[in-house]
Amino acid sequence: MLDRRQMQALPAAPGVGYKAQHYTALAADPGCVGWLEIHAENYMGQGGRPLAQLRALRERFPISVHGVGLSIGGPDRLDADHLARLRDLCHWLDPQSFSEHLAWSTHDGAYLNDLLPLPYTDATLARVCDHVDEVQAVLGRRMLLENPSSYLAFDESTWDEVGFLAEISRRTGCGLLLDVNNVFVSAVNLRLDPRAYIEGFALEKVGEIHLGGHDEDADDHGAPLLIDSHGRPVADPVWALLDLTLARGGPKPVLIEWDTDVPDWPVLEAEAARAARALDRIASGVPS
Amino acid sequence: MNAPPLFLPAASEVEEAFRAALLDSDMPVPAGLSDGAGQPAGRRYAVYRNNVAVALGEALESGFPAVAGLLGPQNFRMVAGIYLRRHPPTSPVMPLYGAGFAAFLETAEALARWPYLGDVARLEYALRQAYHAADAEPLSPEALTSLATGDLPRTRLRLAPALQVVRSPYPVIDIRNRALGLGQSIGTRGQCALVTRPEFDPVADPLPQADAALLDRLMAGDTLGAALEETGTDPTPLLSLLIARRALTGLETTQ
Repeated sequence: MLDRRQMQALPAAPGVGYKAQHYTALAADPGCVGWLEIHAENYMGQGGRPLAQLRALRERFPISVHGVGLSIGGPDRLDADHLARLRDLCHWLDPQSFSEHLAWSTHDGAYLNDLLPLPYTDATLARVCDHVDEVQAVLGRRMLLENPSSYLAFDESTWDEVGFLAEISRRTGCGLLLDVNNVFVSAVNLRLDPRAYIEGFALEKVGEIHLGGHDEDADDHGAPLLIDSHGRPVADPVWALLDLTLARGGPKPVLIEWDTDVPDWPVLEAEAARAARALDRIASGVPS
Repeated sequence: MNAPPLFLPAASEVEEAFRAALLDSDMPVPAGLSDGAGQPAGRRYAVYRNNVAVALGEALESGFPAVAGLLGPQNFRMVAGIYLRRHPPTSPVMPLYGAGFAAFLETAEALARWPYLGDVARLEYALRQAYHAADAEPLSPEALTSLATGDLPRTRLRLAPALQVVRSPYPVIDIRNRALGLGQSIGTRGQCALVTRPEFDPVADPLPQADAALLDRLMAGDTLGAALEETGTDPTPLLSLLIARRALTGLETTQ
C-alpha cells in the first residue's frame, strides 16, 4: 500500500478542507479523498484534541497547511511571532504543502479575521515579494500564494491580477494556488472573462487548485455581486472552469472548501468525487 | 537567509482609508474604489465591512456560548460589536481572542443588570484555554500509593498545564450550565471552579472553599505539610478530585 507519509507533494487527487466533525467518518472511510488541508491557525495550541487528531491524520493522509493570518499583502512587517508559530507547525507536521493568500488581514497590530484586498501596483508588488521571500526563508520551503476573490477594484492598480501573481512567482520562486471559485466570483463582480483569466494564468506554477461555493447578491445598481462564502456546493460554471484549468494545466491536487454550514461527510465526499471525475477525464483524455 | 528589508513601501492613502473605515460604519466608503466598470464601489465595500464584523462576532459567539445564551442573540451581537471594534484581536490565533471580554462585560454600564456575566466569560475563556493546553501524562495511582505516608508532608504537587481556578461571588458554574442547557438548578452561593481536562474535553468542578484555599497554597509551591498547616484542611477530597480529573501529573518529595 502507498505510504502517504513519504509523499513529497500533494497528489493530483481530490482533497477536502478538514473539519473536526468529520474525523470519525474520515477515519472509517475517506472515499475518494486523497489528502487534507488544515487552517494553520487552528492548530497553534499547545495540545489537546486538535493536535491529537492532526497527529493521527498525518499518518494516513498527505497534509496541506493553509495559513489565513500572515497578512502577506499588508503594509505592516510580518508578525515574527506568527511566522515562528508557522515554522514550528511546519517543522513537526512536515506537510506536503504550505500556502497563504494574496491578501491582508492585520493592520497596526489589529487582526481582522478576514482576507482583505490590496491594490496591484509596483509598490505593493515589492512589498508582497519581500514578504514571500521572508516566509520562504523562515519556513525553509517553497510556498504557494492564492488568488483572492474580489468585490471591488482599486483605481490605483496598474497591474492585472494574473500578471501580478506571475511576477511574484517569477521574482520569489513561490508557487501559486489557483482558486477557481475565486476566479469566477471576481470575474462576475468585476466584469472580467474568467476563461481569459485562466488561459492567461501561469498554470505551470500552480501546485494546488481550490473549489468552493459562493452566494449571490447584488450591488447598488442591481449588478450581480457574488460572495465567496464556502457554505454550499460548488456552482456549475465553476466546475466548467475546473475542466478548462485541468485541460490546459494538466492534473493537479483539487481541494473542496466548505467552511460554513458544513455538511455531513457524505455530502462533502460527493463533491470530492465530482472533482475526482474531472481529474479522471483529463487522465483518460476524454474531452469534457 | 535574507534579512528582512528595513523599509517597505508605505501603505497608499487608499489602503489607509480602506482600513480606517472597515470598523467604523460612520465613515464614508473610501474614494478610489470602484466596481471595475467605473462606478464607485458603494455597497461592495460594505461586504468587507460586514465580513470583518461577522467573522469577529462569530468568533466571540463561539468562544462565549453561555454569555451569548444569557444575553440573547440580539444583545450579544450588539455587545460583541462594541467589543470587537474597541478590542480587535492582536493575533491571528483566534482561540486566544477574548481574553479581555470578561473585564469589558463587567465595566459596561448597560450590562449592570447581569453582574455575573464577567465571571461566566472568565470561566468560558478558562475552559477554552484548557481545551488547547499542553498535554500531560497523569500520575499513575501506583506512584501515589507507593509514596510513603511519612513523605507526604514533604511533597509538592505537579499539576497539569490545563488546570485553572476561576473564583466567583456568583454560582458561576450553575449559571453557565443552565445557559447551555446542561443543568437546571442554580445555587445561592458563590462558586470556585476547578477547570481541568481529563482527556480532550475540559470540565469545571465546584471546589469547596476550604479545598480552594488548600489548592491555592499548593499551586503557590507549598509542600502538602506546609499547606495543611496553613489551612487545616484534609487534603483527601482535593487529591481525589485532582486524580479523577487526571490533573495531578507528578510528586516532588523534598529531603
